[in-house]
Amino acid sequence: MLNAITLLLVFQLAGEVIARGLGIPLPGPVLGMALLFVALILRGGPGKNLQATANGLLGHLSLLFVPAGAGIMLHADRLASEWQALLAALVISTLAALAVSALVLTVILRRRGSGS
Amino acid sequence: MIRHDFSGLWVYLSASPLLGLTLTLIAYLGAWQLHRRTGGHPLVNPVLIAVLVLVGVLWATDTPYETYFDGAQFVHFLLGPATVALAIPLYGQIQRLRAMAIPLGITLLCGAATAIVVAWGAGAVLGASEASLISLAPKSVTTPIAMAVAEALGGLPSLTAALVIMTGIFGAMVAQGLFRLLGTRDPAVQGFAMGLAAHGIGTARAFQISAETGAFAALAMATNGLLTALLTPWLLPWLSRWFA
Repeated sequence: MLNAITLLLVFQLAGEVIARGLGIPLPGPVLGMALLFVALILRGGPGKNLQATANGLLGHLSLLFVPAGAGIMLHADRLASEWQALLAALVISTLAALAVSALVLTVILRRRGSGS
Repeated sequence: MIRHDFSGLWVYLSASPLLGLTLTLIAYLGAWQLHRRTGGHPLVNPVLIAVLVLVGVLWATDTPYETYFDGAQFVHFLLGPATVALAIPLYGQIQRLRAMAIPLGITLLCGAATAIVVAWGAGAVLGASEASLISLAPKSVTTPIAMAVAEALGGLPSLTAALVIMTGIFGAMVAQGLFRLLGTRDPAVQGFAMGLAAHGIGTARAFQISAETGAFAALAMATNGLLTALLTPWLLPWLSRWFA
């Protein structure tokens, strides 16, 4: 488990260094994920250790958003004056993004399925 | 005397990171229990409940967010390695990813543009300020990317963080109902839409449905993070012209 955690941190650090060093406008962890994905392809898959640690971390992924979520209390003032517009825009655009992506992907996959 | 001891204890505890960390875990575990007891109902979202409880406690005890975050940052820090770890379920779906690369790419472009343009348009029509609109535009992608985008374009990064989390919670709550309405049953399609529109919280929800749904959500979240970072600065001048 210690090996696996270290590996994840090394990839995060590598992502951070590359993003800053080359001025890529992406967060280090996301670049780290891309690097690890490439490494897994080259190595032919994760070992047992890494698989188990990843399952443990991702099993309660939602917990990790709680501290940032509570930060909403810092914006009480702005939310009090603009909450209707922000909430409506958020609700409409999230529904639209969900529906558009589900429908586009379904249509393309169906066409492909009937075409081949 | 007892009163004095108690306030001394409170002063000590409220200054130590232990309290914020423990409170976060207790609030989340309680919310998680509630979520399980309702049979994993999407409307009983564990992030939403835990956040409401925490904000309530912090407000009632007059504790500043910064003091709370001193403790909660240990949980927050794990977001980094957890994001890196998403490569592993992603790799598990590599055969299907290869086969579906082009359909997924087209979907990604349509979904990412929809999320940004509709958010900006609806917000502008309803009278949100420019700073709020810039903070709102990247709200469908994972917190660190969205904050970086908002900051670079002149938005308010911490408002973006709040909007991102609200988007994730809302997306996770309504996705399955919407899919039922649209007749979307393929787990790959469901997962991809959830990760695209509702980033990590949508992905966390997708993993509760199945490993396959979760893997496609992780893919959509990662690629939409990249695309939104590139697309938003480019779309911004058009958006402010269209909705002036």
